[in-house]
Amino acid sequence: MSTANGLREVAVVSSAQIQKRVIEDQSEPEFVTPLINEARDAVGFTQADIGFTCSGSSDFVAGQAFSFVMTIDGVGPVPPISESHVEMDGAWALYEAWIKIQTGAADTALVYSYSKSSPGSLRDVLATQLDPYYQAPLWPDAFAIGGLQARALLDAGRISEADMAEAAATAQTNAVDNPHAVRSGATTAEALLATDYVADPLRRHDLPAGADGGIAVVLAAGDHARQAVERPAWIRGLDHRIDSHQIGARDLTQAPSVALAAEKVGLGADKVDHAELHGAFSFQQLLLEQTLGLDPASTTINPGGGALVGNTMMAAGLMRIADAAAAVRSGRADRAVAHATSGPCMQQNLLCVLEGD
Amino acid sequence: MADELLSAPMTIEYPFTRTTGPVIGAFLTGLREGVVLGIKRADGSVVCPPTEYDPETGDALTEMVELTDTGHVMSWTWSGEVREHQPFDRPYALALIQIDGADTAMLHGVDVDGPEAMSTGMRVKARWRSEREGHIRDIACFEPEVTP
Repeated sequence: MSTANGLREVAVVSSAQIQKRVIEDQSEPEFVTPLINEARDAVGFTQADIGFTCSGSSDFVAGQAFSFVMTIDGVGPVPPISESHVEMDGAWALYEAWIKIQTGAADTALVYSYSKSSPGSLRDVLATQLDPYYQAPLWPDAFAIGGLQARALLDAGRISEADMAEAAATAQTNAVDNPHAVRSGATTAEALLATDYVADPLRRHDLPAGADGGIAVVLAAGDHARQAVERPAWIRGLDHRIDSHQIGARDLTQAPSVALAAEKVGLGADKVDHAELHGAFSFQQLLLEQTLGLDPASTTINPGGGALVGNTMMAAGLMRIADAAAAVRSGRADRAVAHATSGPCMQQNLLCVLEGD
Repeated sequence: MADELLSAPMTIEYPFTRTTGPVIGAFLTGLREGVVLGIKRADGSVVCPPTEYDPETGDALTEMVELTDTGHVMSWTWSGEVREHQPFDRPYALALIQIDGADTAMLHGVDVDGPEAMSTGMRVKARWRSEREGHIRDIACFEPEVTP
């Protein structure tokens, strides 16, 4: 069955995730395999029912070439499966799987992503994603790079340090009952503003809440989705866009690729009940809310705290899609949007609009 | 079964070289000579450090222009924790610096005593390493410009 625009109807039908400050006693395949089983079992699928499998992870974080190959053993690749991998957040693996289903080459897909960054120093490793000639040789750490964008937003009067603290306090307070949060607890903006700078103008609460974790999601087209769950979360818009790799050539107070993706998915066409935003830094969440024109009065934004209370590299974006889809499947939302980002200062952005019948 | 294990030497190497190309290469060669180069866009604005393509439109760029080694701070963060590989063995400011005559910014360190010495818009000048090799770190850092 296809929609008016000729695209196949594809839904997110199940998901399973784990996120902890540190996953000490398990390797990536050991903590990802149970997630894959849980997501497939939830809809009664075995790997034989999966038409395409796509994963997202990073060799730079794992510190090992072709590190993703080991988790494929957890999928069950015998007899041979149709499989791919992206060195991107799992949200982009989901995009590839969605395209695969659109081509008709598959009716169902398993998508998963993960990282265990705790054994290394992620904020330093992330320097390797910068321009290799002009920026990476200076080894700027990720907190300082984030601070450049925060300062630009503060200088432009787009946000204040109090706004940033308010966003962080709200997220941490929302996260009290979120079992996947690694930074939670009822607090106030005043209390957070009283703390010291870590990377002036950023305080601890403004920084990404580093975590180890993983997420697995099952996609299904048309009747496959209807048979799998009572209320599928249909993907009604999916788009990703990119800004310049040169952070010095960008206006860091704007997120043009977010605005363009929002236009392409038709975000403004109807009201948004629920938004899951991948703002790893407090000011990035504010920039996203402003760019997407979301109003907390009519849209539930990051009810579990979002990426501000747990930002698993390579997985936090796909987690946003899974959480937004869960809100639709449960009937808590009729229309939800999920956002994923990658690269320095939100260089690459993906938006996914999910709707119930 | 043989009780002797066979072995062979293996050396991990990258048996290739890369060229930095006509634009990045020219910029890095300029640094070796103590000169900062930018590149012109179709609208006349200047990208520094230069890219082979327009960062917004992707159009090929070819017209290099010589700039100065002074500019101003567009944004900055205080890097208070000393970290491996960074330009300094003491806290410093990481900054986006718009070189005079350019319309985009270069990432580099600014050597000052503390965050109170930093402000957006402040004038800075490159401090050159005495021995240069055609590398972004031929500029040791930037420092506040002393007006005579």
